[in-house]
Amino acid sequence: MFSLESLTTLVQDWLNKTFPPTIALLFEFVIVGVLAIALFAALGLVLVIMERKVAAWIQIRLGPNRVGPKGMFQSAADTVKLIMKEGLTPDGADKFLFNLAPFIVMMVAMLVLAPIGFAKGFHIWDINIGVLYVSAISSVSVIGILMAGWASNNKYSLLGAMRSGAQMVSYELSVGLSVLSIIVLTGSLNINDIVLSQQTGWWIFKAHIPAIISFVIFIIAVTAETNRAPFDLSEAESELTAGFHTEYSGMKFALFFLAEYINIFIVCAIGATLFLGGWMPFHIGNWESFNHIMDYIPSFLWFFGKTFFLIFLIMWFRWTFPRLRVDQLLNLEWKYLLPISMVNLILMTLIAIKGWHF
Amino acid sequence: MVEEIGKTAEGDLIINVGPQHPATHGVLHLVITLNGETIKKVEPHLGYIHRSIEKMCESLTYRQFIYSTSRMDYLSAHINNHACALTVEKGLGVEIPARAQVIRVLMDELTRIASHELWWGAMAMDLGAFTPFFHAFRERESINDIMEETCGARLTMNYMVPGGVMVDLHPNFQNRVKSFLKLYKQKIHEYDELVTGNIIFQNRMKGVGILSKEAAISYGVTGPAARGSGVSCDIRKLYPYEIYNTLDFEEVLETAGDSYARYLVRLREMNESIKIIEQLIDNIPEGDFQAKTKAVLKLPKGEFYQRVETARGELGVYIVSEGGTTPYRIKFRSPGFSNLSCLDHITRGGKIGDLIASMGTLDLVIPDIDR
Amino acid sequence: MLNEEIKTIISELLPNASFEETGEWLNIGIEASNWKESANTLRYCEAKPFNFLFCLTCVDWKTHFTMVYHLRSTTTLDNIVVKIKLDREKPEIITVSDMWLGAELFEREVYDLFGVIFLEHPDLRRLLLTDDWVGYPLRKDYEDPINMIKL
Repeated sequence: MFSLESLTTLVQDWLNKTFPPTIALLFEFVIVGVLAIALFAALGLVLVIMERKVAAWIQIRLGPNRVGPKGMFQSAADTVKLIMKEGLTPDGADKFLFNLAPFIVMMVAMLVLAPIGFAKGFHIWDINIGVLYVSAISSVSVIGILMAGWASNNKYSLLGAMRSGAQMVSYELSVGLSVLSIIVLTGSLNINDIVLSQQTGWWIFKAHIPAIISFVIFIIAVTAETNRAPFDLSEAESELTAGFHTEYSGMKFALFFLAEYINIFIVCAIGATLFLGGWMPFHIGNWESFNHIMDYIPSFLWFFGKTFFLIFLIMWFRWTFPRLRVDQLLNLEWKYLLPISMVNLILMTLIAIKGWHF
Repeated sequence: MVEEIGKTAEGDLIINVGPQHPATHGVLHLVITLNGETIKKVEPHLGYIHRSIEKMCESLTYRQFIYSTSRMDYLSAHINNHACALTVEKGLGVEIPARAQVIRVLMDELTRIASHELWWGAMAMDLGAFTPFFHAFRERESINDIMEETCGARLTMNYMVPGGVMVDLHPNFQNRVKSFLKLYKQKIHEYDELVTGNIIFQNRMKGVGILSKEAAISYGVTGPAARGSGVSCDIRKLYPYEIYNTLDFEEVLETAGDSYARYLVRLREMNESIKIIEQLIDNIPEGDFQAKTKAVLKLPKGEFYQRVETARGELGVYIVSEGGTTPYRIKFRSPGFSNLSCLDHITRGGKIGDLIASMGTLDLVIPDIDR
Repeated sequence: MLNEEIKTIISELLPNASFEETGEWLNIGIEASNWKESANTLRYCEAKPFNFLFCLTCVDWKTHFTMVYHLRSTTTLDNIVVKIKLDREKPEIITVSDMWLGAELFEREVYDLFGVIFLEHPDLRRLLLTDDWVGYPLRKDYEDPINMIKL
């Protein structure tokens, strides 16, 4: 069975044998940093081409098909174009904040990557409050967006930032509550523990209907939190031209763009971890032989498969649904999702206390 | 908050929507006054694509000026040409052959469907759904192919001439129209599944941009926009021209007056147009496609007014003739111009999203407004 | 309804009006000075409210202007044309944008292209042309050597 765990142990052992512990740690930092950035770049390229292909498939057309085989290098070509472009700063803009904003959004996206378990024994930082960390850090990105909207000195941007602020702050509650409903089952905030607790089956199957409800709420709320259609009010193309990133160009725009895709990846990874077992293969109770066959599929394939399935789901939403209006968006959260997820949390707690789950 | 609407105050946000904006579909420029997200006032600024077609027509002959009208409402170019041809024929007193009349009506209805298809896709795109646009274009493309084959052009056809049509139908015409009808009937249910039945879509449209019957009449709103408010204003029914009085079709009326009603009217109107095409496609009479007219047309002294129902509403052509070869004064009463005038009325107090939805259902074509 | 019948009804309502039946529809000539009252009568008359102003334009006859109002009654579907002669040197007429709301834009267009001043108009500005445009393009004596409109 191929496993990434042996690889990481190998690297760590070698580093610790060759160098003093401090130097070894520094080397590990560098390796992790390079790997994270490489993952970002790769994810950006893959997700953009995936989005365009999914969109094309839904919209009965071919999509990019000129650059490389079946257009696979299209996003690489686009990246080159974006790097070559001049990053304009408008005259009336607050130059410092304007240029800082895309980096804040990007850094937040990078930080959230830390506790995610990509495969068995393969994560950057196995922190014991992993889920809390993710939900805390991810809410910082709204500051970057507000900054971008305010500093642009553009009314469309300001409106977009305003909408985005209201939207992200309110939908965070639903995300938090639906995440909590899984936490009460596992009793741990550690992402590794959460995955291991799904050894006998994923939570979405094990915890009856409340788990399904909180999964649906989670998907809706994270779609809103990542500003994706049908909740893309902050950049509503037909209303606010491009919302908070109207004034950005070149690489600064690309950072926003990339951060959006990274955020989608991260929320889908969290969703996959909590509800679909993360890197845990598909196990059914104590069917030992079945579980054993499933274990032959490498754990990182399970993780990426689940994550990309959820990403596909979110892309599917984007290309099918019209956009909500701003008051309807907030109504949906405060009048429907929040009460439902609260009641759902109580139900889930009851299930956890009584041990009714499988 | 409500009593403040309509007045501007300090601290209001004034935004220029357009002339370059994704939702204005052209160079319409709206200056909107906002209080937060609530619209207090919408003021259209026109003229970015004003070409003074009326002045140009004063120095063009009666055969020439028809072509400039294709450039007004380019989505129903056929029907614009038709209105002009009818006005000139009214002045000349020419009898149009039966075949030409049927061809004209067929072309008009195909144009109407094509225009509504484009509107449907573009309006869904305004609401944030991109996919319907491509689905609409799938059907629209086959209409454009039909047009290209017979008229030689896909958008500005210039097919109508005083006395009939310019050339006879392409031999392939009937088959192609029939295969289009088949395609349309297979696909039309997708429109309802993808957009009409969508809960988000319905919430965005229902009760938004309400135009009462009285206001619609007072603002001079015509076409599907007015029929959504229950105003019976289909020129094809009220003042029939060509062979419309012999055809079996219904005037689609809704009474709610909101964006959703206007949306439904247009969707159902496409089906009525299909009905008309089905009645005619197998019954195109043989004969001339053009009446015999003089090479140089001269209208008698007088005034001639002819109106037709375009995809957007009532198009009136008003020609004042002094007896020469060119019109003395010509006025196009374009439907978009009057429909635009109610925009402020129906969007006040709504949100920015409502403005986009209402504007989408008014189906404004900017060259038609500016002329 | 035939033009004759409309004529009898309207001549009762507007005793000062003159009639002309050359065209398709009944042409009613009204003095600019009493247009406001006449418009009010036509718009709100019991038997036949001409509540739909479907076309409003102006014609430059070199000696004078003629304002042309095409009116329709949405209940009886009758059409009439109201014509008002204006002095070419000082073209002024009262607005009807309070009776037919759609007239507001139409009147702005006529002001823009003919220079007719609509008294009491709520917002009389150039509509299609730029605010600093000189002259009124649809007048017959308008010449613009830069933007050649005449062919």
